[in-house]
This record gives sequence, structure tokens and C-alpha cells, in this order.
Amino acid sequence: MASSAAASPASGEPPILPALLLLRTSDASLAAALRQRFRVLDSFASGQPIPAFLAAAAAATDPPRAAVVVAGGVVRVDAAFLDAVPSLRCVVNTGTGVDHVDLHECARRGVAVANSGTVYSVDVADHAVGMLIDLLRRVSAAERFVRRGLWPVQGDYPLGSKLGGKRVGIIGLGSIGSLIAKRLQAFGCVIYYNSRRPKDSVSYKYFPNVLDLASESDVLIVACALNKETRHIINKDVLESLGKDGIIINIGRGANIDEPELIKALKEGRIAGAGLDVFENEPKVPAELQSMNNVVLTPHIAVFTWESKSDMCDNTIANLQAFFSGKPLLTPVLP
Amino acid sequence: MSAAMSLNIAKEVSAVVSSAMASGGSPALLLIRRVDAPFAAALRQRFRVLDFFASGERLPAFLAAAAAAPDPPRALVIGGVAGVPVDTAFLDAVPSLGCVVSTAAGVDYIDLHECERRGVVVANSGSVYSADVADHAVGLLIDVLRRVSAAERFVRRGLWPVQGGYPLGSKLGGKRVGIIGLGNIGSFIAKRLEAFGCVISYNSRKPKDSFSYKYYPSVHDLAAESDVLVVACALNKETRHIVNKDVLEALGKDGIIINIGRGANIDEAELVKALKEGRIAGAGLDVFENEPKVPAELLTMENVVLTPHIAVLTSESRSDVRDHTIGNLDAFFSGKPLLTPALP
Repeated sequence: MASSAAASPASGEPPILPALLLLRTSDASLAAALRQRFRVLDSFASGQPIPAFLAAAAAATDPPRAAVVVAGGVVRVDAAFLDAVPSLRCVVNTGTGVDHVDLHECARRGVAVANSGTVYSVDVADHAVGMLIDLLRRVSAAERFVRRGLWPVQGDYPLGSKLGGKRVGIIGLGSIGSLIAKRLQAFGCVIYYNSRRPKDSVSYKYFPNVLDLASESDVLIVACALNKETRHIINKDVLESLGKDGIIINIGRGANIDEPELIKALKEGRIAGAGLDVFENEPKVPAELQSMNNVVLTPHIAVFTWESKSDMCDNTIANLQAFFSGKPLLTPVLP
Repeated sequence: MSAAMSLNIAKEVSAVVSSAMASGGSPALLLIRRVDAPFAAALRQRFRVLDFFASGERLPAFLAAAAAAPDPPRALVIGGVAGVPVDTAFLDAVPSLGCVVSTAAGVDYIDLHECERRGVVVANSGSVYSADVADHAVGLLIDVLRRVSAAERFVRRGLWPVQGGYPLGSKLGGKRVGIIGLGNIGSFIAKRLEAFGCVISYNSRKPKDSFSYKYYPSVHDLAAESDVLVVACALNKETRHIVNKDVLEALGKDGIIINIGRGANIDEAELVKALKEGRIAGAGLDVFENEPKVPAELLTMENVVLTPHIAVLTSESRSDVRDHTIGNLDAFFSGKPLLTPALP
């Protein structure tokens, strides 16, 4: 087959680019980059509701064999989705998390799935560390104090807490978790972790269960994927175990934490603070959190830097090119 | 009788009395700093503490009384309280002083040359605060690059459901960070930022051979080759406004500046102008030229992070500074060299 899977054109005609579904983004730059190589069926641009859009794509002469699914959208790649476009053989997710993709159903049908691999890992790790420093050293809270003009009036600001020596328990020691660990070691933190299995390549102390990890940690960082096992992995017991001086940072998925229990624990002073980039019902952030001074709340931006956006675009295209030339995906996700 | 003559007589009397008292009684200690209960207790165990803030007196009267006492204080613990410089007038007021222990991170409020001239040894806080200040500097940088506080405001104003996406931030890895002053704090900052993949260069009075970072003899050249400038130097005659209009120009419109030194290390008026005009990209500031006043223009900017001089403020460093201060005092009173002398 010709490179880039472009069918050989008749002389003088433009190459026939493979059809590609794009769901669902208003980001013009990704769409533009994809259009250079593929015949993009853009769900956002079509203005159609998703079912009608998929039906139209499936009914076309050259139905799409691949789809780019933009993370954080409303699209679920499940049996109904795959039924609607039976020509699909490849789904490339622009984000890391694939909790909206039914991996078993895709595998059953021979649909290969790719995610963003480690494109975002560094930025997410940086954001997690930024939130931890913010919480321990009260950066955003102190910022509010200054912007409200309270410094000349109220004088000194409450003491923060040192990073060095803090025991940090990381839940999920994948690429993000290990980058967080490396950064926090430079601050003198002590690293512990929990994951499905211990990782022999690291010297950090392993805890087979999250409850024990929480009881030995000053800080818990949720850096794991969301799946059946990890839903509400932070529950009431874990929060109890973490204790009233404990801090929790979530850069995984909102549903990794039992959010109502977390809010109760914060309100009742049963934990000391929380840094949250993700929430159970984004973009809704519980009102009680918004008035607390011991939490840091960001709108799911841990991945959002200019640099990684461009890397994501490159990674998406590279996976598609691999698929269309019959090669293995670069960053496949298995069930 | 003139005031000077009565003071001289008082001194002669006190010299006689204090040699009589030499065998007993704790040495007198001047304390011009608010201290917490554990610190106060630790000092009182060892010294007869003359506590300025507890006295309720005005400073000149307080110092005169201390100086005129039978056992005038040979040591001072002071915290860099605004408005109390340890200068010629201060040293004249308490001629018995032989040692000043500063609990502040900086010693710019102490006339080091005048102290040296009079044989008064000065101790600084050593590296007691260095990790906390470094941590705060890194926190400010991440906050500016990744817009953490600005995004926080966005969420708290309820804008996420309304406005959707938030503007992109910028990656730390690969950023060229120029550190002005590679002392304890500067080197701790360097070590932390290396873990994020930043590239470190620095300027200081002399190159530091123990580090492999690239040295720039001029701050202007450092700025020209940096994406981020971090001010981590002491404040003295040479470093006042070390970041000036020219350095800001050299840093450029994508550049960011972080200040955890002293407000006066930066020409604040020029910095505000540069930010307003988009000639630099952002700033993280823990210190200001006229604290606690922060220029009003900064308070409405989204690309700055402003904290009220808290880089040293952790409960852990509070207890560390207590131990460190007492360590220096014990050294002085037993005739040993100070643990952390500050030299002019």
C-alpha cells in the first residue's frame, strides 16, 4: 500500500485521503493538522447530533476506519458507538484516560485503541507538585489575601508547612506517578506507593493496600487510571486513615475519590486539605469546596500546556499513520 | 552634668557591678523580635531577656535603659523588624553589644561594616530557611507557568461551567532558568528545578566551582539567555535594583521573573510597566519595595502571583530558627566562633 495510505491518484487529481472521524472538539488546530493527511469528518463542524453524524459517516461510500476521540468530551466509545460505525478498526484517544472507552468491547471487535501515551505525563506531574506546594505553603490562599488588600490590614499570614520530610504516598506508579516521585525527592520528600503490583525497578516502599499507605503518609497523591477497581479508591476509610493532618492531591479522575465523603472530611477537619484538578461532575465543582481556604481547585488543566498540546497532535497523527500503514500503534491501550 | 557624662559614670558603675556579678546570674540578652512561647522559654532558660515588644516602651528609651543597667547586654537577637536597623545610632545606644544574631533570612537591615569596625560579630540564619524559601520559589514558578492561582480564581468565580476551557499554560521542562545569587537558597532552587528538567545558569559575584551550571558574569547576559530569572541574592549596595529596565528588556516578552530576595532587588516601577506593556510575560513575587503595600496595578493582573513575604513561614522553620539562634548565642557566650557568621 502507498505510504500514508493515500490511494494512488489518477494523474492530476489530489490524493484520496482516508476518511477519519473526529469527535468532538472545537479546537481548530487539531482539526487543521488532521486535514492535511486525512479526510476529516468533523462532528463539531457538522453541527449534527452524534447519532446522526455517525450514521451519515457509516453510510458514506468510503466509511471511516479510524476515529480520533477527543478526551473530556461526551462521546463514549461503547457497543452502541461501535455498532453505529462498523467500519471502525482504530480509535485514537487524544488524552491519557480511556475510562470512556469500552476496551473489552473494542478488543472483542478487533478495534485497536491508542491513547496519548506519556505525552502529558510530565505536565501532569508538574501540576501535581505545583498543587502540593500551593497547599502546604498556602500560595493561592495567600494570593487571595494580597489581592483583597488584607496584607496592610491584617499583617502576617498563617504559617505553612515544610515539604522536606513529608511522607508522600502515590497511588499508581505509572509514568505520571514516577515523575511526581522524582520531583518530590528533590524537595526531600519520602516516597511510598501503591499499585496493582510492586515495581522492582524502584526503591520506594511499596504498600499492597491503600489503607495502609494512607496511614503511613502525610500526603496522598492519586495518579492512577479510572477503572472498576479504582473507582472511589479514596473512600471514607482511607480518609480516616490519612488523618487530620493529611493532604490529598487528585490528578487522576474525579471518580477515584468519593467526593461527598471528601467534602465532609474537609468540612469536619478530619483531613487538612486537598488539591483537586478533577471532579466527579465536571465542570461542576461542589459549592462547599469553593469557599474553603485549605483546598486548591483547578479546572482539569493538568495536561494543558502549549508544548504538550503540540506533542499530543504529533502523537495522534503518528498513531494514525502507523494504523493506516498496517503497523502497530505507537501508544496502544490494552484492556 | 551632660547626658554623655552621666552615661559614662553609669557605665563605670555598671562595669564595677557586673564584675561583682560575674560569678552568678545569666547574661543579659536584648530581644527585638516577637517570639513564640517555646522560643521565649528557651531563651529565658539561658539568659536574662530584655524583651522590647513585651516592654511596651519606645525603642530609644528601651535601649538606653538596657545600656544603663548594671549588667548591660552583650548580645542581641533581632528579626529584621521593619524600622529597626542595626546601624551606627543603634550601636552607639548599646555600646556593650558584642554580638548580633539575626533571625531573618536577610541581613540588609544590619550595617555589617559598622559592626565589623566595632568588633561586633553578626550571625545570620545560615541555611535554616533555605529549603522553605527554595520550595516557595519553585511553587511561585509553577504557579506562574501553569496558572494555578489564576485557574483557582476562575473556578471559585464559577466560570468553569460558563466559559469552559482555560488558557493553556507553559511547560517547565526545558526552560532555561537564570538564578541571580547561587548561595544556599539559589542552589536549592537549582536542585529542585533540575528534577523538572529545567536548564540552570547563574550569576553571582564570583563563579562557584563546585557547581556545573553555566556562569554569567553579567546579569544582563544571564537574562538574555534565560526564560526565567530567579532573584535569590542578598540585598546590598551592589544588588539594589539588580533587575532593572535593561535586564527586563534582555529577559524579553516571554520571560518570567521570580523574586524571593528583597523587593528592592528589582526596580518595581519598571517591572510594573514592563508587565503592563507586555514586555515580559509574568512574575511571581513574595517581596515588594514597600511592604505591605503592593502596587495596585499588580493586584488585577492575571499573569502575576503575589504572596505576602511568606517564603520563610513554615512551622518547621520556626523551630529550626530557635535552635539555630540559641546555637549561635551559646557559641558567642562561650568564646567560640559563631556557627553562621555574616561578613561584610
